[in-house]
Amino acid sequence: MPSFVIAEKCDGCKGGEKTACMYICPNDLMVLDPNEMKAYNQEPDACWECFSCIKICPNQAIGVRGYSDFVPMGSDLVPMMGTEDIMWTCKFRNGNVKRFKFPIRTTPEGSSNAYADLKGDDLDSELLATETGKTLVAPIEAPVWKQ
Amino acid sequence: MALPNKAHGELKCVETPEVKEHDVDILIVGGGMAACGTAFEIKKWADDDMKILLVDKAAMERSGAVAQGLSAINTYIGDNTVDDYVRMVRNDLMGIVREDLIFNLGRHVDDSVHLFEEWGLPIWKKDDNNKNLNGKQGLKVGLLKDGAKPVRTGKWQIMINGESYKRIVAEAAKKALGEDNIMERIFIVELLNDKNEENRISGAVGISTRENVVHYFRTNAMMVACGGAVNIYQPRSVGEGKGRAWYPVWNAGSTYTMALRAGAELSMMENRFTPARFKDGYGPVGAWFLLFKAHLENSLGENYAASQAAKDELANFAPYGTAPITPTCLRNHLMLFEMKAGRGPITMTTPEALAKLGETMDKKELKHLEAEAWEDFLDMTCGQANLWCATNTEPEKKESEIMPTEPYLLGSHSGCCGIWVSGPDEDWVPGDYKWGDGGKVYSQMTTVKGLFTAADGIGCSGHKFSSGSHAEGRIAAKQMVRWVKNHADFKPEPNMTAQEAADMVWKPVKTWFANKDYSTMADVNPKYCKPAGMTMRLMKATNEYGGGVATYYQTNQKALEHLMELFQMMREDCELLAAGDLHELMRCWEIFHRIYTVEAHTRHIMFRKESRFPGFYYRTDFNFQDDENWFCFVNSSYDKNTNEWSMKKVPYHRIIPM
Repeated sequence: MPSFVIAEKCDGCKGGEKTACMYICPNDLMVLDPNEMKAYNQEPDACWECFSCIKICPNQAIGVRGYSDFVPMGSDLVPMMGTEDIMWTCKFRNGNVKRFKFPIRTTPEGSSNAYADLKGDDLDSELLATETGKTLVAPIEAPVWKQ
Repeated sequence: MALPNKAHGELKCVETPEVKEHDVDILIVGGGMAACGTAFEIKKWADDDMKILLVDKAAMERSGAVAQGLSAINTYIGDNTVDDYVRMVRNDLMGIVREDLIFNLGRHVDDSVHLFEEWGLPIWKKDDNNKNLNGKQGLKVGLLKDGAKPVRTGKWQIMINGESYKRIVAEAAKKALGEDNIMERIFIVELLNDKNEENRISGAVGISTRENVVHYFRTNAMMVACGGAVNIYQPRSVGEGKGRAWYPVWNAGSTYTMALRAGAELSMMENRFTPARFKDGYGPVGAWFLLFKAHLENSLGENYAASQAAKDELANFAPYGTAPITPTCLRNHLMLFEMKAGRGPITMTTPEALAKLGETMDKKELKHLEAEAWEDFLDMTCGQANLWCATNTEPEKKESEIMPTEPYLLGSHSGCCGIWVSGPDEDWVPGDYKWGDGGKVYSQMTTVKGLFTAADGIGCSGHKFSSGSHAEGRIAAKQMVRWVKNHADFKPEPNMTAQEAADMVWKPVKTWFANKDYSTMADVNPKYCKPAGMTMRLMKATNEYGGGVATYYQTNQKALEHLMELFQMMREDCELLAAGDLHELMRCWEIFHRIYTVEAHTRHIMFRKESRFPGFYYRTDFNFQDDENWFCFVNSSYDKNTNEWSMKKVPYHRIIPM
């Protein structure tokens, strides 16, 4: 399902410091034509359809059209990202529509605890920093090897 | 008329790039789950003046295999024992695994899962009445680390609302490491050994995919963790759909190729993963089997896997085939048997399964069940959901076809190819599974001094998945800091200067400028080849001779020898690759990585004269399991100076009793 950009809706993220879809695409597919100030998918047959560009686009300018070698025409999948949930609209070829809402995050964006002040105390132990003070398990019937 | 010939991409290459040099103590190559684990952990051990840098080919927020999201965490030990986790992985991978590495991962993995939950990843819970709560509702029963019960599908998997899984994990990683210590859109293409000590990592070279810059790094320690290998065998869809790979299409075998070219020993590269998935969309089947209790039928409507014939066939692969849980490759084996006998297509009985579950449910619960089925796809394989929409497939009404995909190489999912690394410094680890330097053991270090890996990079220990990959990244972080502290006097002197490395990296661009005007059409020119064509050439060759879908995954000595000849010519022709823009230059190095990786795979299949993983691949000339001769690891190494490979058997040591 290669992504495509709706020409009318894309403004090349001219108001932002970076072109959002180009910033996010894991496979370096989304690029900006600086003369037209429009983005496009430069290599549709390398698109994983991960929807990263669609989810990040500030103008909802990106959609998907199913892979031409096996997907019949007429369907559509539209995600709407919130801060806590994602809403999906799934349109069938026959016109049926299903809507789903799923949680995506239980904490405010940016609030993750990186344990920035935590320092591990024994570099030669096998413990990770947040495991300090714990005892790591060993095999229940640990074998004895000639070292 | 196509003239004048221009590069296709927006970001054109210039003939001479700028070269930027960087001196660091620790270089983290990759940005996926493992690298995020490293980024989170490393400063908790490092001195303040230690220079640590992470380079990612993409943007960490959505890079690696979890970019799209996931609907489950497949490794969470919880109330189980780590010993049993090792037993499960060992049986699924037909007996030959590094039990020390699996055990080590298993005793750290829950700590990473608890962090994910703390950071905001919604994890499903069971309420007091044993009903499922989604990750948001589930908060009211508390956190996993405080004893709340997750929703188990299998013994090891827990369900999540994981659309933003990678964003959450990357956020904590970036905060911990600091944005100033992260460079995105840098593709490392070659590792550099030290001039004064050949088997010692010393640096790396890569390209920016945003500007005409070559980046050259000198470092004391390094982790290479850039995923597995995809688009190495011709996919079942060869048009636009070849992007719809099961594993992320941007995984180019870079981990294996860069490590092997630095001299690191590889292990079990013969192992591959050929997942059976929903046909074409490659949506996940785990929840359908485990949560919704669906089964597969052949074209006659038979539940073939439950037949006596299937049981008899599985007995040929005892003790793995006769274990309570049939190994993944053998489940494929049974499916292929039906397909070859003309009893395909194979379908998953989704309507029957949902109807049965619905018998005990009210309307609201049924609606929830339907949403769960869709979320499984929407969280991690949106394209499969779209395929259902486009084909008017409502799973409660219409069955879906299942089919084994093209082969993939990886070490974190249900496959275990990768790099041979040291186990942890514990008495229960046998002496030849641990090594290091100066009398100290460095867990997860490769056979190249100072070079570490994790996740898809580590061989012989599959089933780590997203959570285990993160935990392994953290383990490597601590070990790298320890390495640097114990090698404080080391002054890296890579065996290539920055200019030599830049010339090597930029060669496809030079080739482009020297020859682009010879023909009237840029893509067809006898003076050079383009990466897109080379990719198709590689995939055609492996598909036809290396046990791809074209031959039902079968190959033999003669076919493999022919494939080796084709590889030789491909490697020679890589000298003629041409790139006119930065995106194409990235593709040139990716295909270079793919060729070496799949050549390693082929050499291992050739060396192991048995069929250890039926259903993933078959040696038709040794079509049996041969424990007497092949119950061992196969390791390989490559010398880039002489272009010679060497192969050997490595003994197996059992740590956890059967």
